[in-house]
Amino acid sequence: MSAVLNTLSLPEHVPLSVPRTARPLTVIVAGNPNAGKTSLFNSLTGLRQKVANYPGVTVESKSGNWFISGNGPTVRLVDLPGLYSLDATSLDEKIASEILLDGSATKADAIIVVADATNLIRNLYLAMQLIETGRPIVLALTMVDLAERAKLKIDLAKLSDELGVPVVPIVAKQRRGLKQLGQAVLDVALRGAQPSIDVKANRDSSPQNNHSRLIQRYARIERIVSDAVETRTEDGPDISERIDRFVTHKFLGPVILLLVMLLVFQAIFSWASLPMTLIDHLFSGLGNVVRANLPPGVFTDLLTDGIIAGVGGVIAFLPQILLLFLFISLLEDSGYMARAAFLMDRLMRAVGLHGKAFVPLLSSFACAVPGIMGTRTIESPKDRIATIMIAPFMSCSARLPVYTLIIAAFFSGKTVLGVVSLGAVIILTMYLLGIAVAIVVASILKRTILNAPTPPFVMEMPPYRLPNFGNVAQALLTRSTVFLKRAGTVILAISILLWALMAFPRSSAPQSKTAEGAVQIENSFAGRAGRLIEPAIKPLGFDWKIGIGLISSFAARETIISTLSIVYNVGEGADNKSASLVDTLRNARRADGTPIWTPLTGVSLMIFFLLACQCMSTVAVVRRETNSWRWPLFMMGYMLVLAYVASLVTFQGGRLLGFA
Amino acid sequence: MTLDSIPNNVTARISSVDVRGAHGLRLMEMGLVPGAPVRLVKAAPLGDPIQICIHNYHLALRRTEASAIEVTINS
Repeated sequence: MSAVLNTLSLPEHVPLSVPRTARPLTVIVAGNPNAGKTSLFNSLTGLRQKVANYPGVTVESKSGNWFISGNGPTVRLVDLPGLYSLDATSLDEKIASEILLDGSATKADAIIVVADATNLIRNLYLAMQLIETGRPIVLALTMVDLAERAKLKIDLAKLSDELGVPVVPIVAKQRRGLKQLGQAVLDVALRGAQPSIDVKANRDSSPQNNHSRLIQRYARIERIVSDAVETRTEDGPDISERIDRFVTHKFLGPVILLLVMLLVFQAIFSWASLPMTLIDHLFSGLGNVVRANLPPGVFTDLLTDGIIAGVGGVIAFLPQILLLFLFISLLEDSGYMARAAFLMDRLMRAVGLHGKAFVPLLSSFACAVPGIMGTRTIESPKDRIATIMIAPFMSCSARLPVYTLIIAAFFSGKTVLGVVSLGAVIILTMYLLGIAVAIVVASILKRTILNAPTPPFVMEMPPYRLPNFGNVAQALLTRSTVFLKRAGTVILAISILLWALMAFPRSSAPQSKTAEGAVQIENSFAGRAGRLIEPAIKPLGFDWKIGIGLISSFAARETIISTLSIVYNVGEGADNKSASLVDTLRNARRADGTPIWTPLTGVSLMIFFLLACQCMSTVAVVRRETNSWRWPLFMMGYMLVLAYVASLVTFQGGRLLGFA
Repeated sequence: MTLDSIPNNVTARISSVDVRGAHGLRLMEMGLVPGAPVRLVKAAPLGDPIQICIHNYHLALRRTEASAIEVTINS
């Protein structure tokens, strides 16, 4: 029987020798990407996790409490982004390595280095670097069940002896080995740091020295692994390589990628619609209840029109965001994302970007916020900024209500070539237009202000694995908490501000219930601003009422629909498909009797919404991710100019061509 | 002979890595060290990047990066 099996079959009720220390311990979990770090972290902490930012930097850190035993010390477990080496390249890795090397920021009592038993040589490289620093380390060997199946025999005692640190095999999903891991961590934490090996050489970071230390390290690892691991002889390509024969096939590969993308979009747009409607009804019902039970007045208006409607409108996007994250984590966990980047790298390079930029850009079709957060895996800072700058051009789900409204009002019931609905063609065109603009902008940025040498594309293609559903659920839970927190703070504040702009100064003229709203909004600060910008937006085909919509939609695009309903006197609770708003838009007339809204106005508005950066959340996340106001302001500015010019060309060009 | 020019599914041995470029060290950190056996698995549909197998795991890299790695084919 192999050593792996022997250790794993230890009974789990072995009493732990618990040290008497009242001091809470901090333990860091570090390891290569795809080594099973998250599974281990989740198994150890369960639902007791919280997401916070690392001190001084803007990257999220996950931490949670690990109860090793009933009477032991409290252990705070910190999960780091995956890294291959302490000499970091990407932002994620830099943060991880800073935290590992800097004792003061997060003082760790022990480090658990997670290593994939099926990919031991490369995984031990980081472990070796950390062991050389002399910090208290336990090596957690993951995927031992897969290693057994691959007939890898690992002599744990020998491995532990040669590395000089305890080695504990675990199977996180089945909770095998977790107690032994706890015991080992407590042991090393109490023993404290060891003198680091070869301190002088470590401080000398000249390239020659790095180079020779690197080769020495790998030579040592290879010697240890050949001593401690009995490998089977290679018997042809493994299962992942067989799957890749289809998934990255010359012709099939791109087809499969397209199908996967279609599936994701279909799911986000159709599966999410029922829960979205439910949330919508829930909040409008809540608003009605509040309105019915409170005396009319400014406070009630603030509560219903400002807070409940504003926050509810944003929370309605939660189902779409959750579905998107569900798919992203499934694709990521299964190993498919790396294949998508592999297929797309050549095309992405044509615009000066990296295959890894494909995934965040794909995410941005649902929402630019997670997409922008996903750019952290891109190594080159300039490439990362370029990707962030073009992410909002991917038509996100918040544009969809606007497109739907315009299509319902002006293009419904028409078909192209007798079969395809014109609406579908228009939506597809908007998506493609967004991509085209992104390509052009990326090329320009990469040749001018973000000019930099082509960054390396070195990416692990992890073996295909069944996604761990516990991890996926955990990720979704964390995502919703973060999103709801944001809806409760930033978005709440903006909702109140926008409401105030539309509610003040108060109009005193007594009017009928619906007309009251219209008069109020016309005389409000927002209404005045709409009139103020009317000369500027008239060449785009917009009147001051649309102007109010543009102003209110700065915070979030979909707000324009509720604003238009108010300005155009449509009753409460109008949504984008409501017949009344559609009819009102069709029938709205200027003083001289000409229609305000024509199909051309609609197209011009859609193009404006495609290109302008009307999303506070995006601006906020760009500010956070780039750590300066420079980039978000630049993004808002250039996108606004682009949107203005494109709408101007569309409207004036369309009129010259004889469209109305 | 460099890593980008060996035929598919042939195992070669790395003889040297040009680390003058900024990413040479990165490649070595990922296990592309002299002496290690490496196999070219396939190229992406548009010919670039390429997928290799090193130390029993798979890595994708562009041809420009692969050309910094000198290999000899076992005979």
